[in-house]
This record gives sequence, C-alpha cells and structure tokens, in this order.
Amino acid sequence: MEWRPLVAVARKELRDRLRNRWVVAVAVVFAVFSLVIAYAGGAQQGTVGLRSIEFTIASLVSLVIYLVPLIALLLGFDAVVGERERGSLDLLLALPITRTELLLGKYLGLAAALALAMLTGLAIVGVVLWRQFGTSGLYHYAGFVLSALLMGLAFLSLAVAVSVVARDRTRASGAAIALWFFFVLVFDLALLGVLVATGGQVGGAAFPYLLLLNPADVFRVLNVFSLDDVSSFYGLTSLVPPALSDPWVMGGAMAGWIVVPLGLAIWRFRP
Amino acid sequence: MVGEAAEAQGTIVLRGVGKHYGAVRAVDGVDLDVRRGEMFGLIGHNGAGKSTLFKLMLGLVTPTAGELRINGAAVTGNGFRAVRRQIGYLPENVVLWDNLSGLETLRFFARIKDVPAGGCPAVLERVGLSAAATRPVREYSKGMRQRLGFAQALLGSPQVLLLDEPTGGLDPHAIHTFYDTLASLRAQGVTVVLSSHILAELQARVDRIAVLSDGRLQAIGSVRELREQRDLPVTVTLRIASDAIAAAERALSAVPAQLVVERVEDGLEVRCPRLVKSALLLALAPLGDRLLDVQITEPSLEDLFFTDADGGMR
Repeated sequence: MEWRPLVAVARKELRDRLRNRWVVAVAVVFAVFSLVIAYAGGAQQGTVGLRSIEFTIASLVSLVIYLVPLIALLLGFDAVVGERERGSLDLLLALPITRTELLLGKYLGLAAALALAMLTGLAIVGVVLWRQFGTSGLYHYAGFVLSALLMGLAFLSLAVAVSVVARDRTRASGAAIALWFFFVLVFDLALLGVLVATGGQVGGAAFPYLLLLNPADVFRVLNVFSLDDVSSFYGLTSLVPPALSDPWVMGGAMAGWIVVPLGLAIWRFRP
Repeated sequence: MVGEAAEAQGTIVLRGVGKHYGAVRAVDGVDLDVRRGEMFGLIGHNGAGKSTLFKLMLGLVTPTAGELRINGAAVTGNGFRAVRRQIGYLPENVVLWDNLSGLETLRFFARIKDVPAGGCPAVLERVGLSAAATRPVREYSKGMRQRLGFAQALLGSPQVLLLDEPTGGLDPHAIHTFYDTLASLRAQGVTVVLSSHILAELQARVDRIAVLSDGRLQAIGSVRELREQRDLPVTVTLRIASDAIAAAERALSAVPAQLVVERVEDGLEVRCPRLVKSALLLALAPLGDRLLDVQITEPSLEDLFFTDADGGMR
C-alpha cells in the first residue's frame, strides 16, 4: 500500500466537501441544535438554561444519537456508487492506485470532513460550557465529543459499505435511510419488545451485551456510564454488567464498528 | 532483456483475449498487435465490446481467457503501477467533479500519477483551457469537460493513450485541434488507440482500424487494405452536357462489367467495381468536352463498417 495516492484521494474528498459548503452547513447545524438542546434540555423538569455539565451532556447525547448517524450515512452513501454512476470510477481505477487505497482514501477524506464539521460545531458549545462552568467538567465534555465522533466514523463506515454494494445511487440512499431507521429507531424497541414479550426469559444475562450490536447503543452506554450522577439517576449500575461500564471495552466495540464494515467494503470492492 | 524491454515500449499485445459473463461473450478471442507510435482506431456499434476491450487493456476487467501486455508488461499484478503510469486513459462520457476547478482536478490526477503538479498549467494550455483553469468544473461546457478529461490523460507524458469516444461533445474546431495534438504526440512515438462513432473523422487520421462486432474482431487493417479486401464499388459522378447524356449511356453499356447507372441532375451517377474505373473513363473519351466533370468517390468507412457489422464479411 502506498500513502501518496491514498492521501491524494482523501484531500480531494475533503476539498470537495469544503467547497460545496457541506462542512460549514453541518457545523452550523451542530452548533445551533446543540445550543438549543443544552438550554432547553431541562424544560420537561420545569427549568431552562444550563444546569450542569453532566445534564447538558445527557441532553446532547439524545440529540447526537439521532443527528450523527443520519449525517454520516448521508455523507458516505454515494462515495463509490456516485463515482460509478458519473463514470469517473473507471477513470480512478485506471490510475496507479489500488482499490484498497482508493476506498481508504475516500473514507479518510470523508471522515476528515465529518470530524471537522462536528468538532467545529461542538467546540462552539464547548466554549459556552466553559464560560458557564469553568474547566472542571470539560474533561467529560471532551469524552462525549470523542465518542460522538467515533459513532460518526462507525456510521460512515457503514455508509461506505453501502456505497460499494449498491447498484445505483437511489438504492444506496434507500439503504442508508433504512440503516438509520434500524439502528436509531427500531433496534432498541425490538430488543425491548423481545424482553417484554418473553417476560425476560429469552436472552437473560446475555441481553445487555446485545447492545454491542448497535453502534448508537455503544455510544449511549459509553456516555451514560462516564457520568456518575446520571448513571445513578437512572439506576443503571444495577442493570448493566460491569464489563459494559468499562470505557475500553465499549471503545473497542466502537472500533469494531468502524473497522468491520470498512473491511467488508474493501473485500467486496476487489475486482 | 533490456533491449527487449525497449523494443516493447509503446506496444499493445493481445493474445486470444476474452471476457465472458456467463453465456454472454462481451469480448471473444481477440488478437491484436498495436505498434509503437501507431494511431489505431477501434470501431463498432454500441455494445460491440469496445469499452470492455479498453477496460481489459487497463486491467480494470480481468480476462476470462488470453493474455494482455502493454509495453511488454502484464497490466495487472505487482507491476501495475509502473504500467499504468505509462497509460493515459479517457473513458467514455466521464463526468468530473463539479466543485473542483480545472487546475485542482489536474493536480489531483498528477498526485496520484506521481507527476510534478507544476506541469499541470502547461497541459491545460495544450488543450486550450488555460483561461478557465481556476473556474469550477460546474461552469464548464460539455466540450470543455471533455478537454479536461483529455488533459488528465496527457499528464505525465504517457507512452500509450487509450481514448474511448474522445471527441464526443467537441465542436468541429475543437475536434480539429484534438487531432492536431494527437498527430504531434504520434510524431513523438506515442501509441494511440481510440474509438469513435464518427467514422469519417477516423478514416483520414488512423493508421489502422479494427472492426469489432459482438465482441469479436471482424476485420483489421489500414483503411485502404480494408477497402481492397472488401472490393466495395466506387461511385463515379459524371456531369454531362444535356444533349450528350444518351450518348454517354450507350458508351457505358459497352463497358464489359457490372455497372449501376442512374440519371441524376445534369448527368449520371455510376457505381462500378474499383478495377473498372479506368475502362469506364476510356469508354467515355469520345464524348470529348461534352463530359464536363468527373468525380470519383471511394467507399467510406461507413460503407465498410455497416456491411461488416451486418455480418457481410468473414
């Protein structure tokens, strides 16, 4: 594998997303939504405004868990199928570059665009939190931002896999939306449904581990456990096995969600 | 060994190359030797296998049979980067990236090809895009996009150019400039393989032509060789003074060959076998100055092509 062609492709992807204002637009969306949620997150409990870093993060988790997978899937679904449809894929493949370099270059370029947009947007919120609460809780906030970014990279990896498999852009966009529905909306409900319908007989002790099968749940568990107040608030410590409260285990699971779909995409993309 | 390698520079060799998708034979049993510095035309209907043949030569598609060598080297495997740096390729109907400028697009290709990006402006100049170099490709006309695609193929001074329908979308002036560029490249020893629908455009410019139909090579040779092989009739258009037309018809009926004679405005149009041309003109000599003008039209590549593609030739 050579880096030069890989980096050339990554730079082109990033430049493309900067040029069409994608990065700016997504950064603004993150900043605006996050600020609104941070201020209004406690409205159900009868208060508005920033209460504590931990509760602000808890509010942001429920925003980010919808927003980031959607944005990452929309960013990546046409990475390969789009080039295929406009005829430029043959041209790219005819260059002195391997298919693996091309795909990794695309992934890294899109990942850089996603990271730049998310970090810019969430940094603005970070500044607000810092002015309000000082530096003490920023450590938690940084952990939240990092985990959100990793979740974004996992869904981007899924999107790139879709873009390799799909026959055309329309199908790819359909598959991307379907993945979002499945992981963000359906998965938890289905788990809960099975649990309730069988009176807890099916799954049993293994049940919490099923959460590892969804990168959005991995993200949720990571954040809920890093926040002592919140986890005791929800009584989660009694519910979830200790292995899942280890950030390294959950971080490893998220890394798996980044590497495996991308690996499958590379495998599927070979000639 | 070194001598052999130098000998093979700029050559394309195909031996029994085939690409079958199940029962479909997209390309079947193709043998081809393209020489260094040759301008080689590939013609055939849509779906005849031209694009697949290009992709085989580039190693984008793995052949199900046979062997391919460009510059004497296999197009896939460990040495693929070195081979591909020597190939410029322009696919059919390529759409480049709207948000990048022409210059940024070229620099991107230069980086992947490991060619100094400093050469990009000169290549843009060569295809006449200097003035638009910093404009986004979104604002380019179809012809400008096609020229940018051609510029990308020229990067790094490749020894072999594979151009699939390169003049699509170009206006007549741009087509002229395009072929001028190709001619000067050929003079430098660059080998060019190109396909086109517009056969009249190819016939005056290529050294040899291969006619592809249903994935098989139906004929290969120079335009003249193909004409002679086929022995298609030439058309002789005679402008004759109106009082001498009947006399001309009588004279032609004496020619001992199969002629097709038709009356046209101010004269006759005769189709006759190539070798009968001079006998025909001799027979008309008695008309003297009543024969106002003679024009001989060779069969066009279109005539050759369409009779071949109809399965007329084997």
